[in-house]
Formats: sequence, C-alpha cells, structure tokens
Amino acid sequence: MDLSAINPALLLASLLVAATPILIAGIGELVVERAGVLNLGVEGMMITGAICGFMATILTGSPALGFLFAALGGAVLSLLFALLTQVALANQVASGLALTLFGLGLSALLGQGYVGLKPPATPKLDIPLLSDIPFFGTVLFNHDIIVYLGIALVAGVWAALKYTRVGLILRAVGENHDAAHALGYKVVRIRVMAIMFGGACAGLGGAYISLIRVPQWTEGMTAGAGWIALALVVFASWKPWRVLLGAWLFGGVTVLQLNLQAAGVSVPVEILSMSPYIITIIVLVIMSADKSRAPASLGRIFHASS
Amino acid sequence: MKFTKILATAAVALGLATSAFAQDKTKVGFIFVGPIGDGGWTHEHNVGRLAVEAEFGDKVETTYVENVPEGADAERVMTQMALQGADLIFTTSFGYMDPTINVAKKFPDVKFEHATGYKQADNVSVYSARFYEGRAIQGHIAGKMTKSNIVGYIGSFPIPEVIRGINSAYIHAKKVNPDVEFKIVWAFTWFDPAKEADAAKVLIEQGADVILQHTDSTAPLAAAEAAGNVIGFGQASDMAEFKDGPRVSSIIDAWGPYYIDRVKAVMDGTWESKSTWDGIGAGMVGIGDITDKVPADVKAEALAMKEALADGSYHAFTGPINKQDGSAWLAEGETAEDYGDNGLAGMNFFVEGITGDIPE
Repeated sequence: MDLSAINPALLLASLLVAATPILIAGIGELVVERAGVLNLGVEGMMITGAICGFMATILTGSPALGFLFAALGGAVLSLLFALLTQVALANQVASGLALTLFGLGLSALLGQGYVGLKPPATPKLDIPLLSDIPFFGTVLFNHDIIVYLGIALVAGVWAALKYTRVGLILRAVGENHDAAHALGYKVVRIRVMAIMFGGACAGLGGAYISLIRVPQWTEGMTAGAGWIALALVVFASWKPWRVLLGAWLFGGVTVLQLNLQAAGVSVPVEILSMSPYIITIIVLVIMSADKSRAPASLGRIFHASS
Repeated sequence: MKFTKILATAAVALGLATSAFAQDKTKVGFIFVGPIGDGGWTHEHNVGRLAVEAEFGDKVETTYVENVPEGADAERVMTQMALQGADLIFTTSFGYMDPTINVAKKFPDVKFEHATGYKQADNVSVYSARFYEGRAIQGHIAGKMTKSNIVGYIGSFPIPEVIRGINSAYIHAKKVNPDVEFKIVWAFTWFDPAKEADAAKVLIEQGADVILQHTDSTAPLAAAEAAGNVIGFGQASDMAEFKDGPRVSSIIDAWGPYYIDRVKAVMDGTWESKSTWDGIGAGMVGIGDITDKVPADVKAEALAMKEALADGSYHAFTGPINKQDGSAWLAEGETAEDYGDNGLAGMNFFVEGITGDIPE
C-alpha cells in the first residue's frame, strides 16, 4: 500500500470533474420532477446532447458552440417527450423509457462519421493569482467553465424555486395541477418548459462527457450516467443542494476508489467498486429521513377537463 | 369470417414463404457485449461478421444484437435468435458462457460458438485467441519505454483471459526492466468510456507513463493523449486514429477467417463442436504497426519476439516462473500447459512480483 501516491489536490479536482455530468443532468431532472413530470429519458437526452455537442464542436471548432448545440439537441429531443405526455397524454414512464431507447439509437446514427475524431480542447478557466494558490488553486480554480456552470445552476435553481414567483408556480403545478389550473396557470405550458429545461441540462451533461471528460465520441458512451442522475434526484428528496452533495459524493467516491485500487489498498476490489453507489444511497437516505416527499402530482397525467 | 380466413391464409402462405426462404440461406446470429462503434472488441467482431457477408454474399444472412448485458438478458436474446431460425450463433463475450450453454440445451439443432469461454457441448464450440502473446510484446515495449518505472493496467473483470494478459505483460516488462512496477485497476466493466478515462487518469496521476488496457473503448488512449508523455496500446482493434498520439502499437483480433471457416462448415454439414485457441502464428492475433515513438532497437526486439511467438520457437510463459506467493509454477525452460490445474485456460493467480490481489 502506498497512500502517498494519491495527491489529495488532484483527487478533489477530479471529484468535481467526475461529478459534473450527473450534477447538471440531475438538476435539470429535478426541475422537471418538481413540475410534476417524471421523465425517464435522461440517458437518451444525455447521449443525444453528447453527440450534438461533439458534432457542433468538430464542425465549428468551438467548444462553446458545441455546448450550446448540446443543450439545444437535448431540449429538442425532450420536446418529443413533451408532445407524447403533455399533448397526447401518453404514459410518462413508457414514454421516458422509449425516449432513452430512441436517443441511444439516434445518437449512434448521428455519430457514424465521428468515431475516432478528436475535438478541440475546451480551455480551462485559468484565473490568474487564484489558480496559483497551492492546493486550493488546483482544487477550486483550475477547471473548465462548465464545472462552475453546474454549481451556478444548482444555486440558481434553488433560489428560483425558493424565492421567485416562477418557482412558486412551478411547485404549485407539481404539487397539485388541478388547483394550479383552477388558479389560471397554464399547466401544460409550464410543464413543457420544465421538460425542455431538463432536456437542455441533460444535453449539457452528456456533452461534458464527450467533450471534456473522455473526450471523444463512442456509441453508448454515457453508459448509464443518466440513470444515476435520475436516482440522485429521488435520493436527494427533490432538493437542489442535496443533488449537489449526492453528485459530489458519487463522483468523489468513484474517483477515490480508483485511486485506492491503484495505490494497492488491501480492501477487496468488489467493495471498492460498489462503494460509490452504497455510500451515496446511505448518506442521502439518512438525510431524507425528514419530512420531505415527492411532488404530489409526480407522474400523473393532467387534462383540463378532468 | 371471410376476412379472417383471408388473413389466416395469407399468414400461412407468408410462413411457408419465409421458411422456404430461410432454407436457402444460412442464418448466422451475433451477440455483442458493446456497440459495434466501440472502436475495439465489438468493432472487430463486427468486422468478422462483415467478412462472412462478403465471402458468402446471398448465401448467408447475418443478424446481430448490440449492447447485450452478460446474464439473463443474454439468454433471452439468444433464445429469440434461435426461434427466428438462426443456424449458427456467435456469442462474443466471456460472460455469455452459461447463458450459451443453457440456450444450446433447448435448441439442439442450432450451432453455437462461444468466444473466450471454456464450456463446450455437442452444439457449442469455444474459440479464443492467444491475446497473451500480444501482451508479451506490449510488456517488452512497456518495460523498455517507461521512465517512471510505473505501468498502469486497466483490467475489466478478474477472469483468466485478463489475468493471463497481466501476467504475460508483467513477465516481459520485468525481464527488460527489473525496477518496473504494475499498478492495476479493475473497472468491472468491458465498456464505459467515462470510467475507463477516469481509471487512466488516476493511473497517470499516480505516476504511470505507460497505460495498458483490457477494456473495449478508446477512452484510455484519449486520456493518455491529454496527459502528454504517456504511451498506450490499441486493444482488440488497431485504434490507428491515435497513431500520431499515444498509441505505439496494438493487439488486433482477427476473427474473420475463423468465422468464415465455421459458417462454411455449417453450410457443408461438417460442423463439429471443437475448441479453437489460436495465436499470432495462425493469424488470429495481429500486432499493429509499431510507431516511430518506439526506439528502433526496441522495435526490432519486439518484431523478433513476434516472429518467435508465431513460429512456436518461443512461448510467452517459459520458466522459471513463480506464482505470486513464491511457490514454483514453471521450472527452468518449462512452458505452460494450456489446460489442467496449472494451465493457462483457467489461470487464476498472479506471477511473482505483481502486488495486489485478484478480486474473488
């Protein structure tokens, strides 16, 4: 065993990177679910975002445009889900699963000519002075802009849900869509917008994997990250800061267990491998022991006549 | 009444038509563990499938299913393929071993070919390639080229095939560089680019400047490229798109000739259950172009080793070799058996010098 081989600054820095895709996708899904819609298509929207962002970056040479198109791609795909569930009143679980399958297939098709290409590197936000601080500079101030965007999104969503009128309306729609409708709010329109926000976030999260974390395009490369993001929202009791905590825990333990393995720690590898899942679940379940619960209208179909 | 009758007749006619049609063509199914675009393992199996199509043209019909999880799902997909009239089914991952045997029992007339496993039946053949021969060459290059003396190894699952690769690479790295140390990370997946990239990054952070991988995607090479000054190898496929970067050579699985051979046997009615395990000599394992990053003398030694492995004058596991616990495995000059208690096929131990335990 050689724990000195593990550099804590690099470990914490890679924690932030490993957590970012599920964090961004998770915070998007949180908004969707707070509006009372259960979209199981996160994985499909993520992988679609991954390929849309990758294609746009290769074609334009600009990662910024890539991320923009990734968000757009995810949002457009989520419109399909919105059409099915909000207009055609289809079952949300089935539609979400279908969206995942569709997204995986569509991305494989779109990505045909993009296997093996290398995207231009996304520049790190090199903040002068701050990034030179020993330890903290490496951990906090030496990342690409998307890492900070993810954290900003969490703060933004939290503030919006808690303090703004928009947030209040969104929550009303999610808790009791009939009452919200009776008050004159456009339930379907609000939900469609929430779904598109969720799609855009999932797309961003996917593009983070294909443009920064890996960075290349491979079919099926999100490999279940969308499902982790979904589970995270539930275990976080639909609260933004807990999604952040859960994502960091999950990302952190994932990176830590690889580090421990490489350092030759004598803990059975199986236990190390399942530790990210176990630890994240345990911590979030303990935290959700308070009186938090799912939005009351989650997954229920709304029609103005009923 | 009349309408249903027409429908029924049509259905019967259609059924007859398809079965008559099916008799003309040999139907060959493939079960893949990853997507065909993974750039590695599954990609090469698909190349083999396309070779079958190119060889037999209209006489053969191939189908495939991608991303089939190892386990109960695999059994369902195989059953489905057999019900749809497949004559021959290739199941191309180690974890399909028991599902293949189970399904084969239910369909005695369908032939199965399981890759990298060891369970045979009357209608189940097994085939694999001696990837460890390629690993020997990789180990040699790795041992010569590492400056930090730390080689990172991304393992997938602790199965004999992967363990053989680690041992073979380690023995040959150690031979040319006594100070070399292997850091091994088990990813517990064949295909998850993000996780593979993380594993590579961790190994690089802990000082590795050579990355060997036994997972299927090109993500570790991408991570090596991003880090600079780190080299890696193509796994299962040439991964030639990284030639300008970290990839200095590769192990290429060439399944095409074997697949053509077996499909031909089914067509001729000469198919028999057998066990095939071919290496560099038979052309099932290819060594990809060694790039100029490798010094000329090291390249020459690697190519010489390739020749010796191919003509059988050198065996990748030649004694004296001890097991990790220090007990003797191979005596001076002795070469490893394929089968038996200490055989290569069921290898479940590290050789002396490797640190860390194999997960149970």
